[in-house]
Amino acid sequence: MAKVLMKGNEAIGEAAIRAGCKNYFAYPITPQSEVAEYLVKRLPEEGGVFVQGESEVAVGYMIFGAAGCGERVMTTSSSPGVSLMSEAISYIAAAQCPAVFVNIVRGGPGLGGILPSQGDYFQATKGGGHGDYRLLVMAPDGVQEAVEMTMKAFTLAEKYRNPVMILGDGLIGQMMEPCEFPDDLKTEATNKDDWATNGMDYRKSDKRNLVKSLFLDPTELNNNNLILKAKYDKMRKEEVRYEEYNTQTDYQVLIVSYGTMSRVCRTSIDLLKKDGIEVAMLRPQTLFPFPEEAIYNAATKENCKSVISIEMSMGQMVEDVERSVKGQREVEFYGECGGDIPSPEKIIEIIKGLL
Amino acid sequence: MGKAFSRPESLSQTMTHYCPGCTHGIVHRLVAETIDELGIAGRTVGIAPVGCAVLAYNYFNLDFQEAAHGRAPAMATGIKRVRPDLIVFTYQGDGDLASIGMGEIIHAANRGEKFTTIFINNAIYGMTGGQMAPTTMPGQRATTAPTGRDTDATGMPIRMANLLGELVTPAYVTRQAVLKPQQINKAKKAIKKAFEYQVEGRCFSFVEVVSTCPTNWGLTPLDSLKWAQDNLIPYYELGDYKTPDED
Ligand SMILES: Cc1ncc(C[n+]2csc(CCOP(=O)(O)OP(=O)(O)O)c2C)c(N)n1
Ligand code: SF4
Ligand SMILES: [Mg+2]
Repeated sequence: MAKVLMKGNEAIGEAAIRAGCKNYFAYPITPQSEVAEYLVKRLPEEGGVFVQGESEVAVGYMIFGAAGCGERVMTTSSSPGVSLMSEAISYIAAAQCPAVFVNIVRGGPGLGGILPSQGDYFQATKGGGHGDYRLLVMAPDGVQEAVEMTMKAFTLAEKYRNPVMILGDGLIGQMMEPCEFPDDLKTEATNKDDWATNGMDYRKSDKRNLVKSLFLDPTELNNNNLILKAKYDKMRKEEVRYEEYNTQTDYQVLIVSYGTMSRVCRTSIDLLKKDGIEVAMLRPQTLFPFPEEAIYNAATKENCKSVISIEMSMGQMVEDVERSVKGQREVEFYGECGGDIPSPEKIIEIIKGLL
Repeated sequence: MGKAFSRPESLSQTMTHYCPGCTHGIVHRLVAETIDELGIAGRTVGIAPVGCAVLAYNYFNLDFQEAAHGRAPAMATGIKRVRPDLIVFTYQGDGDLASIGMGEIIHAANRGEKFTTIFINNAIYGMTGGQMAPTTMPGQRATTAPTGRDTDATGMPIRMANLLGELVTPAYVTRQAVLKPQQINKAKKAIKKAFEYQVEGRCFSFVEVVSTCPTNWGLTPLDSLKWAQDNLIPYYELGDYKTPDED
């Protein structure tokens, strides 16, 4: 298919449809309302379902109900809305249903601002809701990757019967870039009849299915948590994705950065190279599972003196970077999160300070 | 001649966890009979609330989802929208529906979602041990209203059927009771009608059922029936509050 020029938010909506998702529930919030405005037109063309819920709380459970029937389903929101959905996300993870949540992150805490931020890293990767659950979290650095990750998200959600989150930010949602839609991701899981409440007649069975998260018996609850943990361990083994930049050089500094922030770092690295200074970057594409091993290996390369986590937050991913580096190098941090994206010049100044 | 009285097929053969004299069991039976009679068990999905009926799926031989507290109408919306061929019902208590889940039920009703809600009004939080509900009567004692509900501080009990009956969107909204055999027969008819409206794809349907909670009311099962008849029925008037045929 030829490339088309699309706004990130609209491309995410189109990607869901191309991935065979015909069900979208959402509540308006800046900076991602364009997804709903796009899908309210596109879904009827595909015979799909569009519902504007009364709140993100309700939307979370609309997603749960639909996911419990085994249907592909997605919602998109931004930070304050995702806080409200976190209750449902915990239940969906506990009940092992596949669903896709997109967070086009804006500044926080509280009402914060409407400009791009990476302040929801903890919420996304450590669990915004209660209990021992994880989301598989993917962080795109542009419109093309947002498309690919959104499409992949449905397959992964079904593979693990677990919610998957796309962690974008206001810039990725709002900017226009050329993109292409891969078209081979519509294959749905075949095991849905084993667990989904899709109707006994529909699946030609007289065995009913239950979608639930209550386990009053301590052994049963522990077992459910062990099942979840086994899935998260499998994700750690099979789903880690990251990109290396300029790592083939004799770099002195390793940047770890993701999403919009990593685009700026890439420019800084190119500019520093012109001055004869080699800096590398490791860009996590999955935030959970986190590329721990890759970061350790890149950080411990002979001439690498220090590692720096650069984020549009006050320091969240840096804790995972420290964990990954295991004390082998100093781990520094730089971040801003008012909504202004740090400039390449600012990053260069910070990096030079480390040399 | 066949058996005059037997267990509906949609009910499973399990020991009940409900307290002696609790009316949850009666309403379960009415719902199960209805599902059998309409022959829809194979395409029905029930949604259990958080409350004493959280384990309702132990008694129904049906596909079931278990909601978070108050959110059953949102889950029902999700199911019904993506699978309109399924018959979906929520079964919710008064804390679940009229307190924490008020937003979800009002908006589902107002959107005219084509599912059925069975609303068990026992004027108390049963499962958590007898705290005040939005439906608790003035002066009625609860563990969080030890001297009786003070309406100055907590307002008057919410009448859900009246409230939902006020919405302009077409719906079937009725209040029934299960305190006497005649009431039970009427409640059965209402529940059947509610499911029929859904089967026909007509409208949202809502059956409030005035019920008892002997355990947390501190009364015997028989005294509970009498107390409810004397204290709840005058305030929670029985009858239809809205039918889709009227407009
Ligand atoms: C979010 C949340 N808040 C509080 C609770 C605790 N809780 C469980 S059941 C319940 C009240 C249920 O009362 P009601 O809906 O009237 O049902 P009944 O037990 O009377 O049938 C409460 C407050 C919970 N499970 N989840
Ligand atoms: S606590 Fe009340 S509502 Fe719950 S089972 Fe016992 S009698 Fe029924
Ligand atoms: Mg109650």
